[in-house]
Amino acid sequence: MSRINSFAELEKLRQEIKGKRDSNKPCITLCSGTACHASASESVNEALERELDRQGLKGEIGLRRTGCHGFCEKGPLVVVYPEETCYINVQPEDAAEIVQGVKEKKIIERLLYSNPVTGEKIVHESEIPFYKNQQRLVFGPNRWIDPESIEDYLYIGGYSALSKALSQMTPAQVLEEIKKANLRGRGGGGFPAGRKWEETKNAPGEPKYVIVNCDEGDPGAYMDRSLMEGNPHSVIEGLIIGAYAIGSHEGFVYVRQEYPLAVENLYIALEQAEEYGFLGENILGSGFNFRVKVHRGAGAFVSGESSALMTAIEGKAGEPRMKYIHMSQRGYKEKPSCLNNVETWATVPFIINKGSDWFNSIGTEGSKGTKIFSLVGKVNNTGLVEVPMGMTLRQIIYDIGGGIPKGRKFKGVQTGGPSGGIIPERYLDTPIDFDELTKIGSMMGSGGMIVMDEDTCMVDMARYFVNFCCEESCGKCIPGREGLRVLLGILTNICEGEGKEEELPTLERVAEVMKDASLCALGATAANPVLTTLRYFRDEYEAHIKDKRCPAKVCKNLINYYIGPEKCEACMICLRNCPTGAIQGGKNLVHWIEQDKCIKCGICYQVCPERFSAVEKLSGEPVPAPVPGREVVRKKE
Amino acid sequence: MIGISGIVSKIVDKYQGDRDMLIQVLLDVQSGLGWLPKEVLTEVSKQLGTPLTCVYQVATYYKAFSLAPRGQHLVRICMGTACQVRGSPLIRDRVQQLLGIEPGETSPDMKFSFETVNCLGCCAKGPVIMVDDAYYGPLGVSDVDKVLEKYG
Repeated sequence: MSRINSFAELEKLRQEIKGKRDSNKPCITLCSGTACHASASESVNEALERELDRQGLKGEIGLRRTGCHGFCEKGPLVVVYPEETCYINVQPEDAAEIVQGVKEKKIIERLLYSNPVTGEKIVHESEIPFYKNQQRLVFGPNRWIDPESIEDYLYIGGYSALSKALSQMTPAQVLEEIKKANLRGRGGGGFPAGRKWEETKNAPGEPKYVIVNCDEGDPGAYMDRSLMEGNPHSVIEGLIIGAYAIGSHEGFVYVRQEYPLAVENLYIALEQAEEYGFLGENILGSGFNFRVKVHRGAGAFVSGESSALMTAIEGKAGEPRMKYIHMSQRGYKEKPSCLNNVETWATVPFIINKGSDWFNSIGTEGSKGTKIFSLVGKVNNTGLVEVPMGMTLRQIIYDIGGGIPKGRKFKGVQTGGPSGGIIPERYLDTPIDFDELTKIGSMMGSGGMIVMDEDTCMVDMARYFVNFCCEESCGKCIPGREGLRVLLGILTNICEGEGKEEELPTLERVAEVMKDASLCALGATAANPVLTTLRYFRDEYEAHIKDKRCPAKVCKNLINYYIGPEKCEACMICLRNCPTGAIQGGKNLVHWIEQDKCIKCGICYQVCPERFSAVEKLSGEPVPAPVPGREVVRKKE
Repeated sequence: MIGISGIVSKIVDKYQGDRDMLIQVLLDVQSGLGWLPKEVLTEVSKQLGTPLTCVYQVATYYKAFSLAPRGQHLVRICMGTACQVRGSPLIRDRVQQLLGIEPGETSPDMKFSFETVNCLGCCAKGPVIMVDDAYYGPLGVSDVDKVLEKYG
């Protein structure tokens, strides 16, 4: 491919690509994001290829491996175009039937999604409730394009925003458009992107740098990964537009090496962008020059913080620094640097193409546009969802997520990762935007949304997050380093049944100091999970301390496993599976647990057949004494 | 056979000897050798002209680097929030019990290294464990034996 030298040439190429493609030609698309990959999408792809070959249909039916579609719970997903027939949980054995179905224009009923409530089979992807209630803008193209193909991206209008910005707009106009759009950073804090750009542009000092933050470290969040894996060109296009507005000629992408597919697809995309002339000298004949370097992050949560990330790009240990001087003034190598997260950059081309008025028509007063959330945990439809700002938590969890599995009761939803909080049921009707979430003690964060049911212990969750931050703390400032250790000590004591009531105010006091005196935002917000659980679930703390009881029956020190003698059918399954031989009894003899030997691994609880459900967890009550040698009385058939 | 200095110089050249690329150099060296022996750190320091203390600081700061040899198979347990609420601590305890080593350790026979990770990004499949390149999930605590047996 020869370099594209002008805006006209780009449009010509786009028309050529469109001319070559027949939108009515059947095409099988297969989701190949990491979650589907984990569920054997690789072997499904091989099987489909083999079948197309065997049935001699390679020329007539297309096969495309796309990025993540979002509905990871049901992966691997196959969508057949142009009808948009959606098949879920596809296995390699289904390949022959799928290919034949496409050929004969037949739908394979058994692979369709069926509505769990009505049992009705749903044919089209867009009619599945999980997708129906979403507004997929930024994440939308993922399902149509092969991330390794720049032609696919050009086919759906890729790089047209860049072309528009370079040919019809001055850098100042581009900046103005982003400012008017009120685009707020999708990485956590929600700082207005336009203001950040402007500060960088106006800051004294050359060169200026633009940076993509793809160091997505929040546990339970994977939208940046899916965007980078599934549509890397959209991120690159946004970055080039930003560089043009700011007057930067060098950019960086900082991407976690734990995301191998994202790294790979990013490298491929950058190479293609250079080859086609979207990067390098004199981009599209506009006279604008811009280059991008990739830095792989070597695994440090703190390095996702902007000042730490810039230190990491300099090849040093990624520790944060004081931010009384903004990174937009003195960032990477002490030069003005503008850092935004993956989703923010990927939103930019949409704003340039459709205008700030369009963007402002979506969302709430203070938060415009859409946001991608990773809806995970104890929810029926796990996956990535993109919704307009202002949708309520209830709509996301119940209408899109399909509610809580196994009829369990909702307890809370965690947003904002280790810097966020756990939101209780009474706030389920809160519209989600940056400001509303902050008001109830949590935050938007990068978009993790972890649903918890009655089997989740809130004290244990607080301890989990504090432990996470403790392990990830860089150790540079005292509030961050020591504060976390004090919190962890107290929380561990409570979980182990050694907690004291007078320690609860200490938790709050330490949290306050950390908020005021930590060096970076990670330390300042690290106590949020503790503060919100104390605020909304104080009764659970008190149960642990006063009654030595874990209401959710999670904390190992406070629970015992017990086999209900009336329910036990002496099936021997738990007895055989117990790793320590703690289960006594035998054939026709009711099983019982020798508590001294029990290590509370939970295997008996899991393997006891559901129809018996004889193994239970007890907390805060004595374990009834066993009656060895008791025979099972089986009900007559 | 290329010695350590040859391996390192090839990688350092790839990055034009740029000191800012220290982390990238170490990542590349490690992906070839599996870990970072002391001689490698010394060689990287020499070739990049970066003080050994700085190389050592970076190598110990980031989680991806290992200063000890790793086992034949790497078992990684996802401890992300989504896996956590679906019971990953029980899975971790079970792996620990079966392998007889703590997270961060390698079994004496060099067969397994065992690590916990913050999030593997397969939240929909949680709780997830990863052995080398293969993902397993959703797992129950009683399924762990069967997974590890495959590599036994």
